[in-house]
Amino acid sequence: MIAALLMASLAITLPAQADELVPYTIVGDGIPVSLTGSSGDAARGRALVLARTTTCILCHSGPFPETRFQGDLAPDLAGAGNRWSESQLRLRLVDASRFNPDTIMPSYYRNDGFVRVGRNFAGKPILSAAEIEDIVAFLVTLRD
Amino acid sequence: MIAWRAIAAAILLVTGPALLAGEIPSDARRSGYAFMGPDTRAMQDDDTANPGMLFVLDGEQLWKKTTGTAEKACADCHGDARGSMKGVAARYPAFDKALGRPITLDQRINLCRANHQQATPLPYESRDLLALSAFVGRQSRGVPITAGEDPQLEPFVEQGRKLFMQREGQLNLACTNCHDDNFDKRLAGAPITQGQPAGYPLYRLEWQTLGSLERRLRSCMSGVRAQAYDYGSPELVALELYLMSRARGLPMETPAVRP
Ligand code: HEC
Ligand code: HEC
Repeated sequence: MIAALLMASLAITLPAQADELVPYTIVGDGIPVSLTGSSGDAARGRALVLARTTTCILCHSGPFPETRFQGDLAPDLAGAGNRWSESQLRLRLVDASRFNPDTIMPSYYRNDGFVRVGRNFAGKPILSAAEIEDIVAFLVTLRD
Repeated sequence: MIAWRAIAAAILLVTGPALLAGEIPSDARRSGYAFMGPDTRAMQDDDTANPGMLFVLDGEQLWKKTTGTAEKACADCHGDARGSMKGVAARYPAFDKALGRPITLDQRINLCRANHQQATPLPYESRDLLALSAFVGRQSRGVPITAGEDPQLEPFVEQGRKLFMQREGQLNLACTNCHDDNFDKRLAGAPITQGQPAGYPLYRLEWQTLGSLERRLRSCMSGVRAQAYDYGSPELVALELYLMSRARGLPMETPAVRP
C-alpha cells in the first residue's frame, strides 16, 4: 500500500522517467499477440503512416497517391501484407533491429539503449502500443 | 590481370590517401550545389540575386569599422581582406596554439575581438558574426578546402569522425547513415546530399536567412531527436573539422544558397 503510494508520487514528481512499456513475448520472428489486447483500426493506421511526425514516409513510399513527399531509402510498403504476417509486422515495428542489427529503420517501441535522446523524447517510445496496433492493422491490408 | 589488380591495389594501399571504410573518395565528392535545381543554382551564382551577398556587404563595413576599447578595426591589422583573407576559411577549423585545440572561424573572429580589439564577443548566429564570417569566407570562393592538414589536428579529426559514425537520438541514426550511405536518395521527397560543408555560412531558403554550419548540424541532430550539442562545444567543432577534412579538395562557395 505504502509502496504503491510511493510509486504513484514518484511517477508524478519524475515525469521524465522511462514510460512503462507493455510487456510482450517474441515467438519465432514475430509478436503474435496484440500489444493492447485488441485489434487496431486500419484507417487510423493509414493516417499515422502518412503523418510526418510518425516518420515512416520519410524513408518509405507506398500506395499513397495523395502525397508526393515519400522517401526511397526503404522498400515500397505496397504488398507488405503479402510478404509478412501480422505477427512479423508487429515485431518489425516494435524493434526492426531484431531482423537486421544494422538496419536504419528505427525501433518504434523501445525506450532504452539510445544515445543522447532529446529532452522531449527521453524515456519514451516513438509510438504508443495503440499506435503500433493501428499501423499493424493497416499494413496487413496492403495486399497486391 | 589478377596480378595487375593486386599490384594496383597494393600501390593504392601504400601511396593513396588514407581512406577509411565507407568514406567518399576525393573524385566522388560533390557539394550540395550538385544536388540542387537550376533556379537555386542560378541564385547562388548571380551576386545580385544571392541574398547572402547582403551579409557579405555588411561584413565589409564591419571589417573597416573601429570597435572595442583598443579602437582598432579588423582592417588595421589585416589590411585588404582580398589578399590577407584569401584561403583562410578553406583551412578552418584550425589549430590554436594558445588553446591547444581547434577553433572555428567564428571563434577566431571572437578571439580577435577579445585580444586585439578589446571588444565583447558576438553571439553565435548574430547578424554581425554571420556577416563577418561571410565576408571572410567570400575571399576564399573557388579556393579548394585544405582543412585538417595540420598533424596537430589528427586526434580532433578522429573525434569528429567518431561522432559522425555514432548513432544517436530517439530515431537512432548516425550522420553516416544518411550522408555516406544514402546520398542521392530522397528523404520524404527531398534529396539527401553528401553533407559537404563547402559554402558556409550560407543562405537557406527554408531559414529565410544566413546560417552557420553549426546551425545546420544542430538541426540534423534535432531531426533524429537527439540532444543537439551547444554552439561552440568541442563536439561541434570536432564534427565541423571532420566534415571539412572529409570535403578536402572541394572549392569553397561562401556564401552558398541551399533550398
Ligand atoms: C530511417 C528509415 C526508416 C523509417 C523511418 C522506417 N523504415 Fe521501415 N524499413 C526501412 C528499411 C531500410 C527496411 C528494409 C529492411 C531493413 O533494413 O530492416 C524497412 C522495412 C520495413 C518493412 C518490411 C518491408 C518489406 O516489404 O520487406 C515494413 C513493413 C516497414 N519497414 C514498415 C515501416 C513503418 C510502418 C514505419 C513507420 C512507423 C517505418 N517502416 C519506418 C527503413 C525505415
Ligand atoms: C535522417 C537523415 C539525416 C541524418 C541522420 C543526418 N542528416 Fe544531415 N542532412 C539531411 C538532409 C535531408 C539535409 C538537407 C539536404 C542536404 O543538404 O543533404 C541535411 C543537410 C546536412 C548538411 C548541409 C549540406 C549542404 O550542402 O549545405 C550537412 C553539413 C549535414 N547535413 C551534416 C550532418 C551531420 C554532421 C549529421 C550527424 C550529426 C547529419 N547530417 C545527420 C539528412 C540527415
